[in-house]
Amino acid sequence: MPSRTGSHSPAGFGKSLPERGLLLLMVLVFLEGSVLPLGAASSPDTSHQTNLGDHQGTHTGPNSTKKPFPVLAVEYDRVQIPFEISLWVLLASLMKLGFHLIPRLSSIVPESCLLIVVGLLVGGLIKLAGEEVPPVLDSRLFFLCLLPPIILDAGYFLPIRPFMENLGTILMFAVVGTLWNAFFIGGVLYGVAQIQPANPSDLHQLELLPCLLFGSIISAVDPVAVLAVFEEIHINELLHILVFGESLLNDAVTVVLYHLFEEYAGVGTVTLLDGVLGVISFFVVALGGVLVGAIYGILAAFTSRFTSHTRVIEPLFVFVYSYMAYLSAEIFHLSGIMALIACGAVMRPYVEANISHKSHTTIKYFLKMWSSVSETLIFIFLGVATVDGPHAWNWTFVTVTVILCLVARVIGVVGLTYVINKFRIVKLTTKDQFIIAYGGLRGAIAFSLGFLLNQDHFPMRKMFLTAIITVIFFTVFVQGMTIKPLVELLAVKKKQEAKRSINEEIHTQFLDHLLTGIEDICGHYGHHHWKDKLNRFNKKYVKKCLIAGERSKEPQLIAFYHKMEMKQAIELVESGGGVKLPSAMPSTVSMQNIQPKKPPPAKPVERVLPQLPKGREEEIRKILRSNLQRTRQRLRSYNRHTLVADPYEDGFSDLLIKKQRMVELEKKIKEMSNYLTVPAAPPDSPTMCRARLASGRDTDFKPAQQQKGNKKCSDPQAYSMKPVSDSVPTIQVDLASPQSPDSVNLLDEFRHAGQQQPEVEDQGLMMKPPSGPSGPNKPREADEARDQQKLMRCLSDPGPSADEDEDEPFLP
Amino acid sequence: MGAKQTRSAQKYQDLTDKTGFSPEQIKNLHKRFQQLSDNEETISRENLEKIPALANNPIRKQIIDAFFDKRNQHQNEVGAFQEIGFEQFLMVMSHFRPPTLKTTEEEREAMRKEKLRFLFNMHDTDNDGTITLEEYRKVVEELLSKSGAIGLEAAKAIADAAMLEVASTNVPHMAPDDFYEGITFEHFEQILKGLEMESRMHIRFLDVDTMTMRCGKSKS
Repeated sequence: MPSRTGSHSPAGFGKSLPERGLLLLMVLVFLEGSVLPLGAASSPDTSHQTNLGDHQGTHTGPNSTKKPFPVLAVEYDRVQIPFEISLWVLLASLMKLGFHLIPRLSSIVPESCLLIVVGLLVGGLIKLAGEEVPPVLDSRLFFLCLLPPIILDAGYFLPIRPFMENLGTILMFAVVGTLWNAFFIGGVLYGVAQIQPANPSDLHQLELLPCLLFGSIISAVDPVAVLAVFEEIHINELLHILVFGESLLNDAVTVVLYHLFEEYAGVGTVTLLDGVLGVISFFVVALGGVLVGAIYGILAAFTSRFTSHTRVIEPLFVFVYSYMAYLSAEIFHLSGIMALIACGAVMRPYVEANISHKSHTTIKYFLKMWSSVSETLIFIFLGVATVDGPHAWNWTFVTVTVILCLVARVIGVVGLTYVINKFRIVKLTTKDQFIIAYGGLRGAIAFSLGFLLNQDHFPMRKMFLTAIITVIFFTVFVQGMTIKPLVELLAVKKKQEAKRSINEEIHTQFLDHLLTGIEDICGHYGHHHWKDKLNRFNKKYVKKCLIAGERSKEPQLIAFYHKMEMKQAIELVESGGGVKLPSAMPSTVSMQNIQPKKPPPAKPVERVLPQLPKGREEEIRKILRSNLQRTRQRLRSYNRHTLVADPYEDGFSDLLIKKQRMVELEKKIKEMSNYLTVPAAPPDSPTMCRARLASGRDTDFKPAQQQKGNKKCSDPQAYSMKPVSDSVPTIQVDLASPQSPDSVNLLDEFRHAGQQQPEVEDQGLMMKPPSGPSGPNKPREADEARDQQKLMRCLSDPGPSADEDEDEPFLP
Repeated sequence: MGAKQTRSAQKYQDLTDKTGFSPEQIKNLHKRFQQLSDNEETISRENLEKIPALANNPIRKQIIDAFFDKRNQHQNEVGAFQEIGFEQFLMVMSHFRPPTLKTTEEEREAMRKEKLRFLFNMHDTDNDGTITLEEYRKVVEELLSKSGAIGLEAAKAIADAAMLEVASTNVPHMAPDDFYEGITFEHFEQILKGLEMESRMHIRFLDVDTMTMRCGKSKS
């Protein structure tokens, strides 16, 4: 193989590595399942690793003996560790990349299985080359570096609502279920070991405590494995959170059991007192972990309050505080996983309100990237460690363990669900139970814990490790691969992919209040009542402390609405800036179809106040202006968090280019006069909302405002601010505002509507803002029109339009 | 005395058949009803408005209105009661029963429809079969009524956006001068498909008498 010879030249190998990786991937692509060619192909990949060792041996010679100045020195030792780490990460990433290039393969076999196979191959090749396999799944490395990103990712993006709603069930499975599994497996294993004294192996030497220790290691469902498998099967939210939540929360049980049994395995006996202390220790470990996490989470939230001037390091705070939480919990042997989960879940709502949109994106991507690389590495390492590990294969022990794991899980789930269903309102069906039982995958945490065991105290360590690996492989391969077809076979409800709509959000909130109200009327305090109390407390005190500025007062619904608006604004800018012109057009146009029917529903309101006197027009205008001011302020504070409205960060040239494109887009749209042939818009395209808002505002915003007006119009601030808005007549009405086409068109609609209206008095006022951009301005009250147009723009789209306001002065 | 007992048992049985509550639940609710009504036969709005815990509820008015809405009594009547008896009270409450394990698919579907209809009726105040933009705005306004000026300001925008969403998802092809009248029940169903109302719109009705304990923190 040419690549193999190439790898002998030391300088060449660094360069050709990616190619070699690609080659390996290509081979993977073409010879999916067959192991042999795979091995041959990946040999170059590892052969350079063996070469590394050779180089170490050879290059020391010349260095010590020769005089001439070395033109090219080789000093691999210096970079060995980081270099090897990078190599592993690179390998992992390339693997991940490779699997996604083969859609058919990844739809059949879960990624985790493939990664383990790769790990096995790599490990095998290292071994074949006669090298010592690095202890890749060393417990320190695993628990301090590989695990935290995955858990933080899980904790930070934990769907809190379903999690809290099912907390009882999750805790039941996590605590009682894991305890049951541990003791059942441990106990029965001990029994099996005892009844077979004739067994040629030394199984009967096994004592009870090591058995229980083994049981506690093997019984915990592994979050990494569960995530890897469940993310691919897209199961419904309830089942996902049940299994995944269990895998997260059982950590405390595992930690306590592990330390308890490890402690006393040497001594040999566990007294009742130890048991009681164990129970206490469990609460300390679990609650302590949550407490540590929550403290760090609050600290992180509080810190993020003050980061508005140094946006770049914002994401770092999230990571560092979380990692600190994890490490702090580990110092005291508390549950680090629970600390991380608590930290992520606590900080998220506050941090998200404080940090900029870009930082949020950064956090999201970093977490996803880290966790996916970690996950990949863990599975590869699992494979490598399997090849490497000292094995002691004991048929009886391994078989019994695998069977017991399955049996214990099934009994545990069925038994617990029977109890839980008595309390649950949404009962768990048999199908659900099956998936929960079947989804109990074991993973690398168990292996790492087993790896931690001291050979002196546990002479059976090798056998334990072998059994653990077998169970992991069995669950990941057999269960992981079959769960997907089973889910489809059983027609288990899948997750709805649709994104949350504003209507759903409104009704979620509505439902919360409704159910709280009904509970109050019923007179007993269910969990809606307490949730409501908690929310109120959160709103009243916590948010004020942890969230900077006005956003602390923002109700959830409005926050959601802003988020949605912003997303659309970004989409709009992207679609305007990108090449997807056709996709942007239908949305702009179809708005026309929806738009005209909006004004009519507003009319009844206007009729309610038909006696609106002419003299109050001016007053209304003032109100509008003050309103405009307020809105602008609000939007500006909001703008800081948007992507598009950050001109100082983005660079103006960028924005100007975007704007230029908008103008072009707009022209094209104007040229297209036949909207009817254009297909419908996507459900909530930004333009529609904008148009909708614009029309909604200028037709019927006034009556409501007017009622408020008497009280509010004398706001001194509003007046002092008013000149500012008036003194900026430099606003170009035909700015590259993305919605000007809309407004132009809807103006026409308005004018028609206006002509049909008998109450020209009211309409006259309302027609003005639209008529501004539609052509030659009406001479009278040009300022007013401009003002209102600005208002319209501000109100309608805080995204692009707002940033226009901000960078006006820079326009030529 | 005994006769009275059997009569009340008979009455409970009737109510059980009608509303699907268990006799214990009915007994509990009856106790609460008497507590609310000061041992009168009927409850008036004032009785409900006096509940202290409701004071902080932004949609208190709608909730109370729903109790006095004849449409929620399954009798095809329209209008509002001035006072309601225990049976009507129970009928309204029965909209909040959870589905059980035995509920069949069709029953679930019916349950979902019924719950959605309840919500729909809460929004559709004039009972014309559609939730108009006006009505929808009112809903959102009430929802945000506890959050002050920002709330009021945003409410319109949110309602408008939501309305537009409904219009564009349900009637994607509209002529330029078409007018979307409001959300019909079918559209309402459509937009809330993702919320799984049948399993979410429920509260826990106690089977045992906990009026004395009053600390029934229940986890599910």
